[in-house]
Order: sequence, then C-alpha cells, then structure tokens
Amino acid sequence: MSNVSPVNEAAAVNDVRSAGVRLRRALVLLALVLAGSALVALWVGYQRLDLWALQTDERARAVFFQLRLPRVVLAAVVGASLGLVGAALQALFRNPLAEPLTLGVSGGGALGASVAIAFGMGARVAGLPVVFVAAFLGAGASVVVVYRLARTGATVLPGALLLAGVVMNTVAAAGVVVIQYFADYSRALQILRWTIGSLDVVGFDLVWRMLLFLVPGWVVLLLLARDLHLLAVDEETAASLGVNVRRSERLVYLASSLVVGVTVAVGGTIGFVGLIVPHAARLLFGEDVRLLLPCSFVLGAAFLMLADAASRTVLGAGELPVGAVTALAGGPVFLWLLRRQQRFAAV
Amino acid sequence: MTGGALIEARELRFAYGRGPEAVRGASLRVERGRLSAVIGANGSGKSTLVRLLCGLLKPTAGEVLFGGAALASLTPNERARRIAYVPQTVSTVFPFTALEVVLTGRSPHTPRFRFETEDDLRAARAALEAVDAWHLAARPVTELSGGERQMVSLARALAQGPECLLLDEPSAALDLKHRTTLVRHLRRLRDEEGMTALVITHDLMLLDPYFDRVFAMRDGRVAASGAPDDVLREELLSEVYGDEHVRARRAFGRTFVWSEL
Repeated sequence: MSNVSPVNEAAAVNDVRSAGVRLRRALVLLALVLAGSALVALWVGYQRLDLWALQTDERARAVFFQLRLPRVVLAAVVGASLGLVGAALQALFRNPLAEPLTLGVSGGGALGASVAIAFGMGARVAGLPVVFVAAFLGAGASVVVVYRLARTGATVLPGALLLAGVVMNTVAAAGVVVIQYFADYSRALQILRWTIGSLDVVGFDLVWRMLLFLVPGWVVLLLLARDLHLLAVDEETAASLGVNVRRSERLVYLASSLVVGVTVAVGGTIGFVGLIVPHAARLLFGEDVRLLLPCSFVLGAAFLMLADAASRTVLGAGELPVGAVTALAGGPVFLWLLRRQQRFAAV
Repeated sequence: MTGGALIEARELRFAYGRGPEAVRGASLRVERGRLSAVIGANGSGKSTLVRLLCGLLKPTAGEVLFGGAALASLTPNERARRIAYVPQTVSTVFPFTALEVVLTGRSPHTPRFRFETEDDLRAARAALEAVDAWHLAARPVTELSGGERQMVSLARALAQGPECLLLDEPSAALDLKHRTTLVRHLRRLRDEEGMTALVITHDLMLLDPYFDRVFAMRDGRVAASGAPDDVLREELLSEVYGDEHVRARRAFGRTFVWSEL
C-alpha cells in the first residue's frame, strides 16, 4: 500500500462514483449538441432557411415542413439507430471494430430489401411493409451466419468475425446486382437509387412507420445496457455474475437486425456511423457501456443530421449520397482504430 | 465459521456437446472456511468440475449442493452473490479502469437499472485494498501486467461479497512472487474472514503446508482427497499424472514434488 498515488485515487473515485451523475451530465451536453446540429441541419440546404418567408410564404412553408424537417428527423432517427447498434455490437463482441457494416448486418439487410423491391415494394403482409420485414430477415440471417462462422467453442475470434462480415457484405452486394439484373427496368432503377443511399423523404408517414419497428428495438438494446456492460468486460465473468449470456446475445441480434434492417430498407447502406459515433462517445465519456449506449444514440442522431446537411451542401446545387459522406469520414477512423488495436493484439 | 460442507458435489457428470464426458461421476465436499486445491493432469476435468460447482455449467447427471440446498434452485443473481468465480485469464479488450472492473462485481447486489451507490464503491475499494491493488484503481486494465490483472480479477470476485471463491488456475500466468502473493491473500482471507476457496492449480510446491485440503482428479473423477501431505505421495501422484517419474519428498516441513527427466 506504499505506492498509492493520491492523484490516481481521487481520479478513479470521481470517475466512477458518479456513473449516474456522469450519464446525466453527458445527456445534458448531448442534448445541446443535438439541438445545435438540428438547427444547422434545418438551416442549410439548397435554399437557406428564411424565417420571414416561412411565416408568409405558403410554398416555403410546404418545402420546410414536407421536405426539410422530415429529412432532418429521418437523419436523426437513422443516425441514432446506427450509433446505438454500433455501441451494442462492439460491447457484445468485445470488438472495437464491430458495427452494422463491418459485421455484414447492413449487407444482409440490403439484400433482403432488394428482394422485396424486386417483387413489388408497396406490398404488405399483415399490415407490415414487406421491404422492412425482408430487410430485417436479411440482416438477421447475416448476423447468424457471421456469428456462427466466427465462434469457435467459447470464444468469438475477432478477426474471423470481421472477415466473415466483409465476405457477407460482398456476397450480399453481388446478390443485389443479380437481382437488379433480373428485375424489370423501373424496379432495377428503384433498387439502384436506393442502394446509393439517401435520406430523401416526403412528409412524416415513412418516419412514423419506421418508428413502429425501431422503438421496440431501441428499447430492447437500452434495457440490455447493464448486461452488455458486463459482457464487454468478459463473457465468462459476466455469466458468473448472473448474466444470461445466450439470452442477451439473442436479444441483441434480434433488436440489431430489426433496427438495422429497417434503417437500411429506408436509407440504404450508411456505413461507419456505428463505428465513429461510439468511439467519439468513448473519448468523451469513458468505457462504461451503460453510458455509451444512450450517448451513442443521441450522438448518432446529431452526427447523421450534420453528415446529411453536408451531403446536401458541399456540392452546391448537387447532392452527395450521405453514405458517401459517412464512409469518407468513417473509413479513416476504421483504419486508425485498426492500427491502434494491433497494439492490443485484439484483431 | 469452519466445519461443515459448503459445497457438495454428488456423482457429477458432464459432456460438452456430443463430445466425450469431461466429468464422469465426480464427488467432493468443499468445507466451509477452508482453502482447498484441485490438482490433476491436463484434460482431467478440473476446469469443467469448477464450472459445474459455480453453476456456469449444468451437470447432465448428479447434483451440486450449496450450503445444503440445490445449487440449481438458486437464481443466477443469488448464485453470484454467494459464489465468485475467477477465470484463468480475462482478456478485456476495452480499456476499462481497474475500479470499473471491480465494480462489476457489485452488479449482483444492484438493481438492474441503478448505478452503483457509495456503498458499492466502498466495497470495491475494500476489495482492491484487500489484495493490495488500490493503487491500480484508475489504471486501464489493458495496460496492467498479468499479475496485476489477476489481482484485479480477484478483487472483482471479492467485491461480490461471496461465501466462496472458485479460482481456475489463477497462478498459471504469474511469476514466483505473484504466485506466492496470491496464496498469501487467499490464506489471509480464510483466516480473517472465514472465506472458503477452491483453487485449481499445477503449483504442487505451494500446496503443503499452505492448503487445508487437496482434491486430485483423474479421468473426470476425484481420485483422491485429503490433507496435502496425504495426497502428495509418489504412488498417488504418479497415477494421477500418469507419470512414473514423479517424485515427492518431505523436508523442512513441506512437501517437494518434481518429475525426474
């Protein structure tokens, strides 16, 4: 006990004593970030927001409430979803490089959605949009395949997990191309436009319909925060602490597939949000997964609103797919993490 | 506090999937307030037995009694409050601080949607202090040495406030000094707090006279048990390890065990 450092001591105690307080503070801070991002995203675009016109001009009002606002809300919903799922998958697999794209979940969802589009997008079964359900099933199948391939006995091999994810994505992308080839012209075009990924939306109908699927998925993931915190430290220890590992795993798969499937079905594949956002949250708020999940959720919303605002403005009159913006930002982050990770020999 | 069986295993059997049985009819009594060791060759079923005893695995046949009641009747949370398990190695990928890791040991005592309280923090601090590791509290576990990490694992287990510690080869990756330190901590916990501990080990030199009881496993069964100097006998060890070169000698009040080349 001679080498106790009072500085370390104080830091450690303050750091953890206030896990609950830290979460509250983080959420207040993030609420401000979210509000700021929303303002910026609402402000910029093909036409700058004109508050005067908004009050007087019927057309300006329609553009704002039917196009701009729903699009910003959609970006927030999709970003929050991807941030949350990314944080959950990283904790579950104890892999800092895990996210919907790198694990092939997005690819599977995209394939499922393409199949649905090729066979008629508007169709519903029991009131559910087929494309959502198909994307969910595709994403779910992908998770199961990738996980089965990477798991050997009691351990999940981190390298194998990512490789299996990459292969899954490639196969799914090829599948999408084949489907496009065989689909009739208008549907092929529809698939093409959708694979590029866009958050173009008219009105709030689609957003409400999505939320019907997303909210249950979000709730399940957030309710599992403590189990995921314990699993992120060590799986066997988590089991000995009373976590039902298999049940938590299944619930995370199910919820992640649902959330990713639905976001992919609407916005196409938007990569790396689930990677950048949880790591930004880590840098800001530490490793505690019980903080990371809600913080990644809010931060993801802010991040994608800004990324989408950038995609609408950087080209002037044109529009860059938001997936391209997030990939340009996220690719380097992935490579940086990979490099850093090698020091810990985790991959 | 001592005396009476805390854990009693009766004719346990277990196989992983469709593989061969790893444990086939193992029985033992771990006495309360005693420091016990499980020895045996690689693949003799030691780790599987300990996982069965702490409820991580469910036996295909036989029964584990904990404090006289069926272990299977405890909820996972109750189990975690009474039995703490320390795996051989914990390879945490994310840089959690040592204190964060130790605090996870409080989760069986905390409602699911609550963060730790001041009491939990005090318990975590006491646990780290009990293994002389409080100075590591703020350090990321990814930057600790094997020995330091093992102490953090042990502190996490102590933070659970258990009646019993089950440790799977805790000293496998430790150097001479840290191995001895670990056993010293376990003995002190036994003496001061009446802690029961069962340790899987290949460190036969540290058994006599420091442990109270030794269980020797062979082919998925407990082949012999007793005081260390009763079990650490040449014929018995030769059979347990399937090695006729094993030698055991008593000198300086302890038993030396080695294998001739």
